[in-house]
Amino acid sequence: MKKYSGKSVCSVVAIGKISVFKKQGMSVKRVHIDDTESEKKRFEAAKSASSEQLQAIYDKALKEVGEANAQIFDIHMMMLDDDDYNDSINNIIETQSVNAEYAVAVTADNFAEMFSNMDDSYMKARAADVRDISNRVIGNLIGALSNGSMSEDKVIICAFDLAPSETVSFDKDKVLAFVTAHGSSNSHTAILARNMNIPAVIGVGDEFLAEIKDGDEAIIDGFTGEIFVDPDAETHERLLEKQKADEHKKALLQELKGKENVTLDGHKINVFANIGSVTDIGKVLANDAGGIGLFRSEFLYLENDDYPTEEQQFAAYKKVLESMAGKKVIIRTLDIGADKKVDYFDLKPEENPALGYRAIRICLTRPEIFKTQLRALYRASVFGNLGIMFPMITSVSELKKIHSICEEVKSELRSQGVEISNKIETGVMIETPAAALISGKLAQMVDFFSVGTNDLTQYTLACDRQNPEIEQFVDTHHEAILKLIEMSAESAHKHGAWIGICGELGGDLELTEAFLRMGIDELSVSPNKVLPLREKIRSIKIKSSD
Amino acid sequence: MKQFNYTIKDEVGIHARPAGLLVKEVKKFGSKVTVDKDGKTADGTKLMAIMGLGVKCGNTVMVTVEGTDEDAACEALKTFFEANL
Repeated sequence: MKKYSGKSVCSVVAIGKISVFKKQGMSVKRVHIDDTESEKKRFEAAKSASSEQLQAIYDKALKEVGEANAQIFDIHMMMLDDDDYNDSINNIIETQSVNAEYAVAVTADNFAEMFSNMDDSYMKARAADVRDISNRVIGNLIGALSNGSMSEDKVIICAFDLAPSETVSFDKDKVLAFVTAHGSSNSHTAILARNMNIPAVIGVGDEFLAEIKDGDEAIIDGFTGEIFVDPDAETHERLLEKQKADEHKKALLQELKGKENVTLDGHKINVFANIGSVTDIGKVLANDAGGIGLFRSEFLYLENDDYPTEEQQFAAYKKVLESMAGKKVIIRTLDIGADKKVDYFDLKPEENPALGYRAIRICLTRPEIFKTQLRALYRASVFGNLGIMFPMITSVSELKKIHSICEEVKSELRSQGVEISNKIETGVMIETPAAALISGKLAQMVDFFSVGTNDLTQYTLACDRQNPEIEQFVDTHHEAILKLIEMSAESAHKHGAWIGICGELGGDLELTEAFLRMGIDELSVSPNKVLPLREKIRSIKIKSSD
Repeated sequence: MKQFNYTIKDEVGIHARPAGLLVKEVKKFGSKVTVDKDGKTADGTKLMAIMGLGVKCGNTVMVTVEGTDEDAACEALKTFFEANL
């Protein structure tokens, strides 16, 4: 087995045989021509043939990849018609008394060089467009243009590089993947491949091309950009699994996209996603989650060497809110401490960090840190549908303190003329037994609860999450935990609040039915669990059938 | 002769697609149209020359229209820049 890698364009696994795509030999010789007039006519004829071919490619692209992506071939036709380009070719034929092939090749070089020398990566990449149209014209002049013969089976097309017109000319039912030794993921070829939903790995290098041959078995992992030639059994097995999982997910997505999360007997529930950084938003959208039920703001602190500024935080919150376009985004305030340590916080070593100085306890004793975060959150609130939740609550007095700090920050901002959304929901995490037991009082002070099952399990069962030796005593389905969740749900609903679950347990499909029966309003899980959970919900009937 | 300045708002500047659309728009009229950027001039009917100006977001271009239908062409081009760039 040999492994190569490049930039992947499409997250799909492809398994099959390699077909090496060779361009027609386009070596152009300079030939002296006496009759330059008829040479110019030869060029005109090749040009109009090229135009017709491009029109056909445009029509094919229009059907397969849509108007916006087909546009490039319209541009190609216009480039071909460009006065400067044509004048240059005709001038070279006329003044140097040379063949049209040579005139086109020289002109192509000049224009490609002009684009290559521009200080902008987009324009640099346009050099390939000039070469593409010019090679077509030369091909028509020589009479050597072919679409490449294709085998019967679907194959992995491997090439030095592919021009956009070549990419789109392949019969896409016969292409498993494109692999090119050169090229950029910014190229039209990459964009077209993405839109044809064909995996493409770009820029794999010359070594790859030198070592492969037609018929070699290969696997393309479009998730990582890896290519395995002549894969061993283990790799084959692993990627086959990956391919199946991906296909299953896509089928689910196809089936569930845009549909409500409703049980067989009409009970609705929201399914949101948990994220730990702004870069996870793509996964949330790709899995069609209804919102973000837990955005762990810690990453802003963990990634930094010093306290993140209000501006840094504001930018991150604004980005998430805007990206979710009006869907609910619940941001949890700072949850540092215990297992999440940051040097600049200067936290003292503790005997029992899980029972120690962490989360809201830091915020309430060092309000300047808390206020910076709140200011950023309130300022960002106008860009979407924000919920703010506070972790590690154990008492009513903590919540009262939090509320008064929030009010302070809000009135400060208002006096500075800053606009704050009036639709922000506030909530607390139910992750200590204390919070569950006084949930009746807490529910009157908030809009929602979110159950953090990981900590709730640790504190209820007195089992340290970090200690692997006691894992056998951690029964996540323990009735004490379920009872605390149920109690919190009842309290929430009694006082007009809603309740969600954002811990690991939320994605435990064995408990989905139990949570639905408790009347849980929202489950927030890691993005890759969203679709299986939604599928599960749609298969449940809450009311007993008799 | 009519002239106007326009500052590009499109993130990627005058890239291939809007350059192509611009050429098409210019060709609808009989007037001669040129696009100037930093002393470099491109004929409004020449796609590669316009792309060669390398106009980026935030750059200001000067559009000059001259001919019998210059009033209509100038108005149409203003609208075109607003809508596409």
